[in-house]
Amino acid sequence: MSPLLSLRNLRVSFPTRSGTFDAVRGVSFDLGRERLGVVGESGSGKSMTGRAILGLVRPPGRVSADRMELDGESILNLPERRMRQLRGARISMVMQDPKFSLNPVMTIGRQITEGYRLHSGQSAAAARQKALDMLEAVQIRDPERVFNAYPHEISGGMGQRVMIAMMLAPDPEILIADEPTSALDVSVRNEVLNIMDKLVRDRGMGLIFISHDLNLVGQFCDRVLIMYAGRVVEELPARELHNARHPYTRGLLDSLPRLDRPVGRLAVLQRQDSWRDAEITTPLPEGL
Amino acid sequence: MAHPDMMAGPGARPPSARRGARLGRQLRGVAGVLLSLALTLLGLLLVTFIIGRVMPIDPVLKVVGERATQAQYDAARLAMGLDQPLWRQFLTYAGQVLHGDFGRSISTGHAVTEDLRRVFPATVELATLGTLIGVCAGVPLGVIAAARRGRWIDQIARVVALIGYSMPIFWLGLMGLLLFYGILGWIGGPGRQGIIYDGMVPEVTGMILIDSLLSGDWGAFRDTFSHIILPASLLGYFSLAYISRMTRSFMLEQLSAEYITTARVKGLSERRVIWGHAFRNILVPLVTVIALSFASLLEGSVLTEIVFSWPGLGQYITKALLAGDMNAVLGGTVLIGTCFVVLNIASDILYRLLDPRAA
Ligand SMILES: Nc1ncnc2c1ncn2[C@@H]1O[C@H](COP(=O)(O)OP(=O)(O)OP(=O)(O)O)[C@@H](O)[C@H]1O
Ligand SMILES: [Mg+2]
Repeated sequence: MSPLLSLRNLRVSFPTRSGTFDAVRGVSFDLGRERLGVVGESGSGKSMTGRAILGLVRPPGRVSADRMELDGESILNLPERRMRQLRGARISMVMQDPKFSLNPVMTIGRQITEGYRLHSGQSAAAARQKALDMLEAVQIRDPERVFNAYPHEISGGMGQRVMIAMMLAPDPEILIADEPTSALDVSVRNEVLNIMDKLVRDRGMGLIFISHDLNLVGQFCDRVLIMYAGRVVEELPARELHNARHPYTRGLLDSLPRLDRPVGRLAVLQRQDSWRDAEITTPLPEGL
Repeated sequence: MAHPDMMAGPGARPPSARRGARLGRQLRGVAGVLLSLALTLLGLLLVTFIIGRVMPIDPVLKVVGERATQAQYDAARLAMGLDQPLWRQFLTYAGQVLHGDFGRSISTGHAVTEDLRRVFPATVELATLGTLIGVCAGVPLGVIAAARRGRWIDQIARVVALIGYSMPIFWLGLMGLLLFYGILGWIGGPGRQGIIYDGMVPEVTGMILIDSLLSGDWGAFRDTFSHIILPASLLGYFSLAYISRMTRSFMLEQLSAEYITTARVKGLSERRVIWGHAFRNILVPLVTVIALSFASLLEGSVLTEIVFSWPGLGQYITKALLAGDMNAVLGGTVLIGTCFVVLNIASDILYRLLDPRAA
């Protein structure tokens, strides 16, 4: 079976005054209907990789690759018009902070139906129903109210669930989640992740989960790529994360503060573990 | 455990009630704004009153003339209420102004209010058309310049605005008259109307373009339009320069926001991203900029009015000032100040209506 997404030697470069700067330097991977974690320090090119896949690297940035295929079809440097048909419809993205990634002067309902109507060609009434269903699917208790609300009227955790509902409404095959929980309160982080995880798996989608957090990626992904300075330095199944050999990964693992967190913090994790069990079938990696 | 669905504020009320609550908050905001309007106007009155007292012009002397006897002088002084304590004088002044009475203009011999009623519509008409031109050309220019940042159209917009900023309106007005009126004969000359149409249109608003439309007099409309188009275009160019630069910088700020990336991720066309998302977010500051630009045309088009013999407020105040006609000057100043305050309030109210986060 051919992978959903196949990348070979992806490069993203920006011209600067002192020559070109390569933000991504030859990233290759295949993505199936799985959850792929991408970890790496700030500036290692994680977001740029995601944006390159969506064709959202703005000039003067340049994208090149030996191969960039969606379902066996090349999507490298497609004309903008063709790319727009893929964006949102087949590949979508959830960004870091719902406070900034939702349009402040547009109701949430409009923002959800807008993309859905564009790609499905449905009527306004059908789109409204779909939006309400999606809001319910991300476990928002009062979809009608949230549908008519403006972004500043809802909490951050809700905002991110709205983003997920919005991006999944047109039924894309691939979701790129770029640090989707790092702006959220710890107490709602796992809840949002579980909702996203469940939806992604129920629909048999491919997920690219970008994060700083090795722990999180270990828990929520099947496979992990470790990026460093624009390159993939190690790739391994999430459950093998603690056996990582690359010194950078080892360094990351050793510097994890969570291993010896005070008891108060652990208690939080335990509570959330208890209701996560029902939804995650992949065994959690030991020691994380 | 607190569910994240719980928010501060109203719980599960139907959407209509929530919208009602939002409107209620907005109305309360508007009431506050109106209160501050009243206070600002009072302050304005106080300032003009003080200006009138500290000016080194003796108002009594202006009335009775240089050769009046001391007895005549004292009688006039008494009649004008100038022997009263200052606070009484202010109350009298404020009371008169509130009744629309600014006294008599020494240079025209008419009541100042009557003069203002004649000259103000001329200025409003010119400033409105100028602002309209500035907005209709400046806003799209600014938006496009931001969307195509660094490209040739952005450079052209920059040059266009730069010329607008540094435009010698006096010289340009004369040259424009010479070319389009004197040589080409495309437009009407100085003044608001040609001589045959003068006074032919029944006065309703005092803005002849509107009045001629109301009376269905197309000839008069065309004539008035051919007179106003050149000065209005010059003022329009001036406000275009300001509006397009402000629009561009507002747009650049919004276009780099995260929600714009969201809109692109959804697959929206660039047109919808720019006009449907970014532009809607600049409406609030843009309204303020437009109001300010309009206000500055209301008070600042003296040179244009002089070049085009436009019988407007700027000319009226300037002449009054040179003649030491304090009643007329203060009347005009109060009027312009009121315009500024009202425009400010209007943009404040619009802001509350346009931005769901306000109130
Ligand atoms: N427009 C640009 N011009 C030049 N360099 C850029 C531009 N955009 C991004 N970069 C550089 O590309 C590199 C990769 O950025 P990217 O956003 O992918 O990092 P990241 O791994 O997502 O980091 P973070 O974890 O902080 O989000 C960074 O060093 C950044 O400075
Ligand atoms: Mg990033």
